[in-house]
Amino acid sequence: MPGSPIVFFILAIVAIGTALGMLISRNAVYSALLLALNFAAVAMLYLTLGAPFIALSQVTVYAGSIMVLFLFVIMLLGAERLQPAEVLRWQPYVAIPLVVILAADFAYNLFRENTEMLKVAVPSADYGTPAAIGNMLFTRFMLPFEVTAVILLVAVVGAVVLAKPDRPARPRSMERSDNPTPSKPVS
Amino acid sequence: MLFQGIGAAGGSFSLVPWVVFLPVLGLLLNLLIGKRLGERGVGWIASLAVGAAFAVSALLAFSLMQHPEAVRVPLFDWITVGDFSASWAFRVDTLSVTMMLVVSGVGTLIHIYAAGYMHHDVRHNGEPARYTRFFVYMNLFIAAMMILVSADNYLMLFVGWEGVGLCSYLLIGFWFEKGAGEIANAKAAKKAFIANRIGDFGLLIALFLIFWNFHSLQFDEVFRQAAGAQPWVIRAITLFMLLGVAGKSAQIPLYVWLPDAMAGTTPVSALIHAATMVTAGVYLVTRTHVLYSLDATSQSTVAWVGAATALFAATIAVGQYDIKKVLAYSTISQLGFMVAAVGMGAYVGGMFHLITHAFFKALLFLAAGSVILGMESGQEVAYGHGGHGSSAAHEEFDPQDMRNMGGLRGRMPFTFWVYTIGSLALAGIAPLSGFFSKDEIMVAASQMNPAIFVILLLAVFLTAFYSWRQVSLVFFGSSRTRAAGAASENAPIITVPLIILAVLAVLGGLINFPGVNTLSGWLEHTLGALPEAAFNPLIAGVSLIVALAGIAAAWLSYGRQTATRPNRLDPIENNAAPLFNALAHRWWVDEMYQAVFIRPYQAIANFLAQVVDQGLIDGIVNGAGVVSRAAAQGVRQIQTGFVRSYALMVLLGVVAILTYLIVWRVP
Amino acid sequence: MVPASYYLALSAALFVIGILGVLLRRNALVMFMSLELMFNAGNLAFVTFARMFGQLEGQIFVFFVMTVAAAEVAIGLALMVEIFRSKHSINMDEINTLKG
Repeated sequence: MPGSPIVFFILAIVAIGTALGMLISRNAVYSALLLALNFAAVAMLYLTLGAPFIALSQVTVYAGSIMVLFLFVIMLLGAERLQPAEVLRWQPYVAIPLVVILAADFAYNLFRENTEMLKVAVPSADYGTPAAIGNMLFTRFMLPFEVTAVILLVAVVGAVVLAKPDRPARPRSMERSDNPTPSKPVS
Repeated sequence: MLFQGIGAAGGSFSLVPWVVFLPVLGLLLNLLIGKRLGERGVGWIASLAVGAAFAVSALLAFSLMQHPEAVRVPLFDWITVGDFSASWAFRVDTLSVTMMLVVSGVGTLIHIYAAGYMHHDVRHNGEPARYTRFFVYMNLFIAAMMILVSADNYLMLFVGWEGVGLCSYLLIGFWFEKGAGEIANAKAAKKAFIANRIGDFGLLIALFLIFWNFHSLQFDEVFRQAAGAQPWVIRAITLFMLLGVAGKSAQIPLYVWLPDAMAGTTPVSALIHAATMVTAGVYLVTRTHVLYSLDATSQSTVAWVGAATALFAATIAVGQYDIKKVLAYSTISQLGFMVAAVGMGAYVGGMFHLITHAFFKALLFLAAGSVILGMESGQEVAYGHGGHGSSAAHEEFDPQDMRNMGGLRGRMPFTFWVYTIGSLALAGIAPLSGFFSKDEIMVAASQMNPAIFVILLLAVFLTAFYSWRQVSLVFFGSSRTRAAGAASENAPIITVPLIILAVLAVLGGLINFPGVNTLSGWLEHTLGALPEAAFNPLIAGVSLIVALAGIAAAWLSYGRQTATRPNRLDPIENNAAPLFNALAHRWWVDEMYQAVFIRPYQAIANFLAQVVDQGLIDGIVNGAGVVSRAAAQGVRQIQTGFVRSYALMVLLGVVAILTYLIVWRVP
Repeated sequence: MVPASYYLALSAALFVIGILGVLLRRNALVMFMSLELMFNAGNLAFVTFARMFGQLEGQIFVFFVMTVAAAEVAIGLALMVEIFRSKHSINMDEINTLKG
């Protein structure tokens, strides 16, 4: 059942549809919700590819925490809609042809006559199980694993520093443009 | 053969580095705590440092009496490159110790004198704070001069050679913001430095040649190999060295700096520009006598340069009115005598004259300083002290101009007597020191080269003439200005060194008295056996008569001069105006140099500066700037600040690379 | 059995949509989401290749990409908040003061 083309096509249509929806939607909240749905569909695809651990990570990390974070920021800032004022008028006329060429490149690469490579091998029984993944992570990939821990720590500290409210003792003239600076002479 | 271990030679030889260290110590003390010591302390420290160096030199001399062979005292290895090595080593032999004694002995007296003189001078020039600086420079000079004379190799000698040149520059320009147009002193210092650099260039070339051919700069090593060298090498070395000698010892054609160097204060003129530094060239030739005696052409060139300078400078001295300028040209002339002597192989005669000249010329300069001080104080008395109304007279009055003097014999009797002794010694009147040393040179000239003898005889006449002219103009007759009428004698700190120097100027002849020949025997240990310069009564009589004739002529021309017209008092000027004009303008040599060398040089420099540098090179540089600015102006349009545009550019790159790979690279 | 090329084609499609989102949308948050979508497309390709060759390294790599993406989102959103504080907008076209 998981390997059947019907499942794949349903999921693929959902994934592409939600992605296009995200792209088109004028409201950022809708975009975020559609992207969460997209992530869920891709997680299902991971399952069909024999990657249950990655699929669950995808759901918890992406669809769960990251997208919640996005929604939270969108609602915090109240920035779900923008004024329709296009500054770079010529941007789409350059971007779209380029993207088309890129897609053509991808397609050419995928469907060259040499399709031998694209046959999917039948994996071993414990392929992709959390136990197998964990075994690899804590043996061969121990050092990168620890490094990612440090990266996350750095990200936490950075986010805290960035998001910390400004102290009044250290005014930034850039952002307080509406307040006259104390050094300005009173005329 | 010349080397002896220090241990075998006795303890005092190892003291030789102190002749350099002691002045350095003095200058460091004055430099660091001089401001707190006050003038008296500064003068004491500086004088004591040089005096202690003199004591060390005397100790070395006593040691050498028991042990006359040369001793080498290495201090440390200085440069070691490949198989070349130069060490910082001192050489103690009779020649170097003689120079040390002269430098430190005369130097001590002049330091004591300067302690008194500079007290007035810094106040006269309105900046008492420079008192300490003066003595720092003076001690530095003594240290450099000691390095020069005690060096054991040419490289160390060159360090001292440059060091004394630097000190000379610093001390000539001591009042650098004074002088005509507030720049004359600085210009004089620059001129001295540049003229010396031309000479130093010659010396450097000589050193390069020595190193290239002998692979060593150590004296004994060079002299040992010299006999086997090619004749042209020896000739090139000695002639290039002569250029250095001409620069440092103010010989033709580089003598022009020395008269201008009189911009320095009088003790400086006495110490550096009369007694010690300018004799470095004579010392160098004497030190290198092994090379010079190998090449007759070089020797005769040296002799001719010296003789020509002796006569030429003596003629100019006749036409000068500035009391120090007369002495300056006299110094050049006497240096010419010395150079001629060493050129003729009469090294002992040259060194002898060097020593006696150091005595009597230092005496003359210091006495002239005393006269100048007396004139300045007389002027202050005569025109009131610091009154505003007298400032104009103060500006125009020149205390060094002999036309403003006259009749000082009565006002400054003491100075008169020492000055007369110095002048007679300079003129070569028996039995003063100048007579014996000059006579030795004349004897050598009569034996070697009659033409040079005649030239030197003429110079002797002129020397006596201008010496007595000066004495007559300054001390005899009547006062020509109110300042001269009010001049007064100076304090003992000025006069005591004068007494000592006067005694030395009188008795200096005993150093190498005919028949006893102490100096000859002393220097023989270093210079080897030399031709005996026998005392010749005929020659001595002739030169004495010529000198007396010069004095008589001067006395007849100037002695009865009672005219009070300051501007037209020289009989030569009155009777042979064109000749006197030429003399007074120094035969227009400075103007000739200006036209022949300096103007074209400045023209080339201007061309290079304005056309090549400002036009071409600046054009290239500015052009590069303009081009890159324009390019940046164009390129910065791409930098829009829109993140999306940047993303588009990234995508453009990605697509381009991918398409290129697919279309052209993938089979 | 679905050929691996289908998965890769889906991955490419999602990637292209992500690019379009970055290039055409002005809302900084949506651009950011599009970046996440591109990450996701890359991850899908990784997992597909891992399956193709029967090796787990591809999945391990996806795991690392996810952690880095999480860190990046944390920092990026903090930056967004800060930008919004100073500019009162998250329109990327208004944030163009850093230019030549």
